[in-house]
Amino acid sequence: MARHPIVIAAFILGAFAIAGTTLVAVTHAFTKERIAFNERQTLLKSLNALVPEQSVDNDMVSDTLVVSHPELLGSPETTVYRGRKLDQPVAAVLTSIVPDGYSGPIKLLVAVHYNGTLGGVRVISHKETPGLGDKIEESRSDWILGFAGKSLADPTEAQWKVKRDGGIFDQFTGATITPRSIVKAVKNTLLYVREHRDALYDRNPTQQATLGQR
Amino acid sequence: MSDNSYRSIITGGLWSNNQALVALLGLCPLLAVTNTAINGLGLGLATTAVLTASNSTVSLIRNLVRPEVRLPVFVLVIASFVTAIELSMNAFFHELHKVLGIFIPLIVTNCAIIGRAEAFASKNSLPRSVVDGLSIGIGFTLVLMTLGGMRELMGQGTLFDQAHLMFGEAARGLTFRLSDDFPGMLVAILPPGAFIGLGMLIAVKNLIDKRLAQQAAKPEAVEAESATA
Repeated sequence: MARHPIVIAAFILGAFAIAGTTLVAVTHAFTKERIAFNERQTLLKSLNALVPEQSVDNDMVSDTLVVSHPELLGSPETTVYRGRKLDQPVAAVLTSIVPDGYSGPIKLLVAVHYNGTLGGVRVISHKETPGLGDKIEESRSDWILGFAGKSLADPTEAQWKVKRDGGIFDQFTGATITPRSIVKAVKNTLLYVREHRDALYDRNPTQQATLGQR
Repeated sequence: MSDNSYRSIITGGLWSNNQALVALLGLCPLLAVTNTAINGLGLGLATTAVLTASNSTVSLIRNLVRPEVRLPVFVLVIASFVTAIELSMNAFFHELHKVLGIFIPLIVTNCAIIGRAEAFASKNSLPRSVVDGLSIGIGFTLVLMTLGGMRELMGQGTLFDQAHLMFGEAARGLTFRLSDDFPGMLVAILPPGAFIGLGMLIAVKNLIDKRLAQQAAKPEAVEAESATA
């Protein structure tokens, strides 16, 4: 009954698979709460940069809604974080996507106050050219801060363009496509919010699933 | 290379057999994350941790594992450690983890790690393998940090930018800034900058080696022999 070497080898391999999986499982169990907490804090921090902490009294990270309007919001599923104070709507933060960036989609956070003015816009991720298109990042240039306070009334809808196209927003030297596509996406988000303003703050999530596509 | 004294293991890892400068292993993370010194340091330390852990495990099990399955076992060991370290970094250095992103899981594919497991740890005792893992890892980290620092300094005119990602808020003051409106050399940040920078580092290392060899050759012929052996 001499065991074939391959059987022993298989047992050894199996034992290591079990040991390795155990190590990963144990680490996962020890870190998962902290990782979830970190992710939540990171999200909360970026939301609070657009909607100041003291202007809302609800938990924006949990008060979410998923809407769908690929034409205006750029993706089949857009998460909306709602901010309220004393149960009155304050602002909604939409995770819009810019479909036509220079090199791939750009993910945005667009905060819109209930009255239709922008709380601000931030770029979450992008693949634009370093040194040219990446001036959309808050850490590299304050271009993206220029959206705060704007609305569809100020400037007028026709002026929601980069300067080269006759609008009021700066383009970058050597990179027009990136700012142009972002301006368009922010404008589209504002159009969407104007259309669905009250539905966006609806408490009942089951109704929300059908919201958007009419 | 058969000399296995601790001294030669340490100098090998740090200098004469430096994985990044001599063996040219692990180029993918080396070139991709070295856009700042802190990024380089972060990935280097993670790699060092994996390398030390995998080297010691492989050394411990070196007489247990049959040769037919040793490579899958090594890969399994390395992959488990990488996943565990990735989860821990996500938990304790969340911001840095976000910056380094995909390159932490990719430590698995860093050939330097399985290379050391196969070439060194599977043939040597535990203490030697630990020392080897540490010195190879630190040698790799130093190159990552130097290259990261060079590219950061030329590309955006700072050094140790975002140090708080790693050392907490108190480290913000560590950041060194050349001037407030440094124009920045874009090429240093882009991938070609990594290749050019690495090339220059290798050139400098070879130059130093040559100088050392010349100096050793001058005084006594006997010493030169032992230095080049």
